[in-house]
Amino acid sequence: MAKVKSLADLKKIKEELHAKMDLREKSNDPEAQVQIKVGMATCGIASGAKEVMEFLIEATAKRGINSIVTQTGCMGYCYAEPTIEVTMPGKEPVVFGDVDLKKADEVIEKYIKQGELVDGIIPVNYKTIDNN
Amino acid sequence: MKDLSMHIMDIIQNSVRAEASLVELKITESMKEDLFSISIKDNGFGMSEEMLAKAIDPFFTTRTTRKVGLGLPLLKQNAEMTGGRMEISSKEGVGTELEATFSHKHLDRPTLGDIAGTMVLLVGANPEMDFIYTHITDEGEYIFDTKEVKEVLDDMPVSDPNIMQYLKEMIKENLNTILYR
Repeated sequence: MAKVKSLADLKKIKEELHAKMDLREKSNDPEAQVQIKVGMATCGIASGAKEVMEFLIEATAKRGINSIVTQTGCMGYCYAEPTIEVTMPGKEPVVFGDVDLKKADEVIEKYIKQGELVDGIIPVNYKTIDNN
Repeated sequence: MKDLSMHIMDIIQNSVRAEASLVELKITESMKEDLFSISIKDNGFGMSEEMLAKAIDPFFTTRTTRKVGLGLPLLKQNAEMTGGRMEISSKEGVGTELEATFSHKHLDRPTLGDIAGTMVLLVGANPEMDFIYTHITDEGEYIFDTKEVKEVLDDMPVSDPNIMQYLKEMIKENLNTILYR
């Protein structure tokens, strides 16, 4: 990886990345992307949600998964933090609890890539309201 | 919390929830003055006097998913353990400002931790918000301003994983020139 020390370096890198990005046919339509929300309230952060989120961003990008990884507040499962909510295109969200880096890797490899359910699913007692 | 960068990540989540468009984080370190200070200022909803009085109560929260709100009390406790303090002021419709000070040399002061990673996660997860992170030590000053970064990136999103990696590296490289080793 080239060294980036200043905004001028960043500009150069951006131009290089831009050229590569144009070649990729990456859809930014949220409906077509895997949406991953990481619980980032006090309970989540104290349990290691930051490392999990960093891993998910890096791993999904490296493995070519069209995804968007965002933060959310406390989902109410403080006993099972870090928690992540994964929404596959056209499917209901699934919440996984006690997600460490190993579990995050398993979720990507088994659930996201192959659609297999893995241990650690928390039955949700809420429904996300779509305001759009 | 393992380190101070995690407290910062946690406190700034309050600014995100308060729909702030700008968050200013200032870390001032001085070995000469035995000072480590964290100041966070946002332009979010702010709090009423009544709510502000309850903000450091661990059994008060605005969330409905649980009954406790530990972010501010944990930071306050950490600061006070080192002989420091935490102060918070807020005005409804204007924003909230928090300052936590620690004794730099105190054994119980947690390390700063991965502040570059924390900033980049906050920026990537909240691309519509702006962040100004200023770090001052006896050795110098570094300012990371997302408005400047977004200008340079133009149409490239700050949430792009490659860009996030480069931003993290840029912050780390610059901090290395002013942080104590």
